[in-house]
Amino acid sequence: MHIEIDEISKDFGTTAALHPVSLAIPSGALVALLGPSGSGKTTLLRILGGLEFPTSGRVLFDGQDATGLTVQERRAGFVFQSYALFRHMTVFENIAYGLNARPRATRPTKPEIARRVTKLLELIQLPDIGARFPSQLSGGQRQRVALARALAIEPRMLLLDEPFGALDAKVRKELRQGLRDIHDTTGLTTVFVTHDQEEAMELADLVVVMSMGRIEQIGKPQDIRARPATAFVRDFITA
Amino acid sequence: MSDTTAPRFRAATEEAPATRWTLIVLAFAGLAILVFAPLIAVFVEALADGVAASLKSLASPDARDAIRLTLTIAAISVPLNAAFGIAAAWFITKFDFRGKAFLITLIDLPFSVSPVVAGLCIVLMFGANSAVGGWLVAQGYPIVFAMPGIILATMFVTFPFVARELIPVMIEQGRAEEEAALTLGASGWRTFWTVTLPNIRWALLYGVLLCNARAMGEFGAVAVVSGKIRGETATIPTTIEMLYQEYLSVAAFSLAAVLTLLALLTLLLKTLLELRHADQLAANHRH
Repeated sequence: MHIEIDEISKDFGTTAALHPVSLAIPSGALVALLGPSGSGKTTLLRILGGLEFPTSGRVLFDGQDATGLTVQERRAGFVFQSYALFRHMTVFENIAYGLNARPRATRPTKPEIARRVTKLLELIQLPDIGARFPSQLSGGQRQRVALARALAIEPRMLLLDEPFGALDAKVRKELRQGLRDIHDTTGLTTVFVTHDQEEAMELADLVVVMSMGRIEQIGKPQDIRARPATAFVRDFITA
Repeated sequence: MSDTTAPRFRAATEEAPATRWTLIVLAFAGLAILVFAPLIAVFVEALADGVAASLKSLASPDARDAIRLTLTIAAISVPLNAAFGIAAAWFITKFDFRGKAFLITLIDLPFSVSPVVAGLCIVLMFGANSAVGGWLVAQGYPIVFAMPGIILATMFVTFPFVARELIPVMIEQGRAEEEAALTLGASGWRTFWTVTLPNIRWALLYGVLLCNARAMGEFGAVAVVSGKIRGETATIPTTIEMLYQEYLSVAAFSLAAVLTLLALLTLLLKTLLELRHADQLAANHRH
């Protein structure tokens, strides 16, 4: 799905988290929102997901105004920073949650839900953990379960908030490839937030560098490396 | 952190053995005099004329009415306060708004206001001499000297228990799981039942237990609003007081023993909860 951000701004009280920013995300792209903390990248991601509403501006999905859509109507697969798995549910129940939450008319049957959950567990390469609880999983496993849970709702896009933030370096590298593979298999438009320039450069097709609520530069990783648009970008990507 | 070899130095926070033992003995003596002795005295007095006499006094119509009324009051006010407590905690922890700190202070108000004052407020508000109360009495629904007044007084006094227990737990758990449920397509209502409530269930039970104990034991506010009409508005605590004033010591203490047993049961359940679900309670976070 093609996403268009048109002059979006967001104020929290008197502080501006986002100055009007515009950005076009081509359908099927893997995009990184890169910037230090407080740069507005998470706010922008949450606006896309419908968890925050912009103070001004519009969001367009495939050319249609989606600004007023509720979080449920957005159908965005959202992976939270600390994964936000439901701690009292098994992995299976976590992944099935979105399907069970559908209205009766569109809800798949029980065996169908089980079949889809099994398939997703295979996709994240953890076929045998359905009966476990989140507290019994490693950080990397939790991240993959969160991804499977987001994918279960057949989302129109995938939004990830610092998906590798809480992991150690080795697991991080593995999961990066995992996300790339899942993106390539599903073809979903994917936006992830990160403060790690190496991660952004290595994984994304398109990198959006942000600072202080503004977009500093939008470009392919190699272009940003070769021609940083501002002093901030140059400093940040060489840091 | 004791070593297997003889420790030559004391830890910085450790006292000399003499000081330690003095403090321990003082603490136990204090507990014995202030808590255990009166508790035992209640049961000794209750059984002064034997178990039969004690049971017989409990079977008297007045005692049975009092027990029935107190249980009814608790059965109505505790669920209502649980619902209000959840609503208040939900509102305070899941939304940002001005005046939040003030609202939290307001929730604590019943803890700092004397129950007698609370009772008087209800009499002033809903008594037959007030506009609202007079109208209600004319319609045939008296508040004061009737069950609604007792429920109001009990709810006022016990309001903070559930909210106070839930607020810290819900703050610590944050909003991420609820947000996750919403992005997965769940409605707000479904999110509450399937995510929020299961996450706070032990804390809620803990709050309800404390609320219930206080609801059944409340004296001051209830004494003011109920009028202590025997067989009608006399609860266990107010009946105990009346029996005691009439020198019916076995009857008074038998009823007191019932209340004490209920309190001990509460304490037991509370301790069990603390042992099994300490991580999900606000009262004793063990980090």
